[in-house]
Amino acid sequence: MTTPILSVRDVRKSYGRGSNRFDALKGVSLDIREGESVAIIGKSGSGKSTLMHVLALLDTPTDGVVELAGEDTGTLRGARLNRTRNTTFGFVFQQFFLTPNASVLENVILPLKIAGVGRRDRRRRGLAVLEQLELADKARSTAVNLSGGQKQRSVIARALVNDPRIIFADEPTGNLDTATGAVVEDLLFGLHREQGITLIVVTHDEELAARCDRRIHIRDGRIVDDEAVAA
Amino acid sequence: MRALDLVGSAIGNTFRSKTRTILTILAIFVGAFTLTITNGLGTGINRYIDDTVAAIGAEDVMTVTKVAENATDAGDGPREYDPDAVAGAPVPGPPGSTSIVAPIGGSQLDELAAVDGVERVQPVKSIDADYIVAGDGTRYVIDVGAFVNGMRLQLAAGEQPDAAASAHQVVIPDSYLDALGFDSADAAIGETVAIAVTAGDGTQHELEAEVIGVSEASLGTTDSVVPNDAFTDALFTAQSTGLDPADQDSFTQATVWYDPAATPEAVTALQDRLTDAGYDSTTVEEQLGSFKAVIDGIVLVLNAFAVIALLAASFGIVNTLLMSVQERTREIGLMKAMGMGSGRVFGLFSLEAVFIGFLGSAIGAAVGIVVGTAVSSALSGALLSNLPGLTLIAFDPLSIAAIILVVMGVAFLAGTLPAARAARQDPVESLRYE
Repeated sequence: MTTPILSVRDVRKSYGRGSNRFDALKGVSLDIREGESVAIIGKSGSGKSTLMHVLALLDTPTDGVVELAGEDTGTLRGARLNRTRNTTFGFVFQQFFLTPNASVLENVILPLKIAGVGRRDRRRRGLAVLEQLELADKARSTAVNLSGGQKQRSVIARALVNDPRIIFADEPTGNLDTATGAVVEDLLFGLHREQGITLIVVTHDEELAARCDRRIHIRDGRIVDDEAVAA
Repeated sequence: MRALDLVGSAIGNTFRSKTRTILTILAIFVGAFTLTITNGLGTGINRYIDDTVAAIGAEDVMTVTKVAENATDAGDGPREYDPDAVAGAPVPGPPGSTSIVAPIGGSQLDELAAVDGVERVQPVKSIDADYIVAGDGTRYVIDVGAFVNGMRLQLAAGEQPDAAASAHQVVIPDSYLDALGFDSADAAIGETVAIAVTAGDGTQHELEAEVIGVSEASLGTTDSVVPNDAFTDALFTAQSTGLDPADQDSFTQATVWYDPAATPEAVTALQDRLTDAGYDSTTVEEQLGSFKAVIDGIVLVLNAFAVIALLAASFGIVNTLLMSVQERTREIGLMKAMGMGSGRVFGLFSLEAVFIGFLGSAIGAAVGIVVGTAVSSALSGALLSNLPGLTLIAFDPLSIAAIILVVMGVAFLAGTLPAARAARQDPVESLRYE
């Protein structure tokens, strides 16, 4: 069996100290293989967002080890950590976090700008990914003028533009109506199937979770159920 | 993120909230505008003084007088009368003040020439003219000034007197143009005027010279004609005829040349050596130095007011950027999540501050130059018309650039607090929305 792309060993995360101490994660261990689609399910306050932040290297665990492709990420610091996040991960958030007055293209190429990709290259790759998501005609529109579905597609385009190995989606359909939500879901799972991108979805929507290969239920900072759907 | 993209993004972000940015820029504009004007005032007046200094004397020259042997410092009590002492040039003070100086003769000139650092020494031949006349016109009383090689008179027309020329030349003041019957300054050039002196034996001599230039009245010069060396010698010889030889070779002042490249310290050392030898010396710088110090002081105070305005504006920058950081919390968090380092985030916001500072100061300086030039040309035509050659507000590209750079520096400092706050932001905290 190959090395899992993400491996978490006995991860604990607590906030505050003394009587205010709050344990968000109380010893979580799991492996995610390359190309899997995983749903992290739980109520709000269950620790699912914290787990995602730890997996995405946005937050460092209080205790435990997070390995990315077999490498201990605890040793990553500063610029190397930033570069790893920039080149490995793509993010899709429930609230779109688009810069309202900038054009769709400007929003989409932000990760490339941060990575230091040249102007011409940025434009080419940005337009290619917008083409792929059927948003090419909106490239010049300002983000504020898009519909909800178009906004979420722009966000997915932004997550994809850097050819990430893992896409983290935090309640990707939470702000969309059922029809547009379904379109966005199809898009995400299509990318997962066709491009082999590892998909980690944080949600409390059972229907969305049901489309994933694997569902991890979190309650009070512990994994209570880790069920794999026989593919 | 590349440096160029960082600058581009910062400039783009500046105009996200237009009203707020424009108000901040206006605040900086006021400070930069005031600074430009006060600075221009200093530049203009000091430039005028420099020109005036050149009209009073050359830079590498000092005037030397011999201290009378029994002269004492003021406050040393009554002084014994010295029949040999001559009344020298009037000194500043109440009418009738004179400095008592001993005569400078041939032996004193040799003594001066021997002092270390003195390159050349020449007696000042003071000429007491009776009148000036053009053709057969009316005679007018006039003073005769001295011309030292290296001086630059402020001329309305013509050229500087030629020290090397053997022809008799003279520069006349423009206030005499009408009286002498010349239509304009240009019309006077090339004409002949005559100056009369009374010799020691009582006879009056009238000597002719060509008008080579017309001088403008300025701060340090009086309405006097300035002859060239050849004409000075001729006038002096005419004036001295009939005197006994001992008196002929007696001057109140001498002019001493020193190395033009000498440092101020070297000049002071030379003056000390002259004092030891028993001579008083005054450089042109000393004559106007205190005046310059007053102007510099006034400009400094005015600049202080402008700096206070800038200080107030810099708090505007802090406020604007703090609001901006607050509004863009999510965006900053997102950029950090996508791998933008804290240093780059700091750079993004401080560059935005610097750009606001640049806009405010550049616009302020540009408007300051336009307004200053307009005011100064309006004033020189009306209020200050009797000070020709004075540009009240003049601009020096270097000091304008310095103002812009200083304001950008102040803006950077103001931006550090909000920028540091943005850089410290935790992406997880910023992206939380539950």
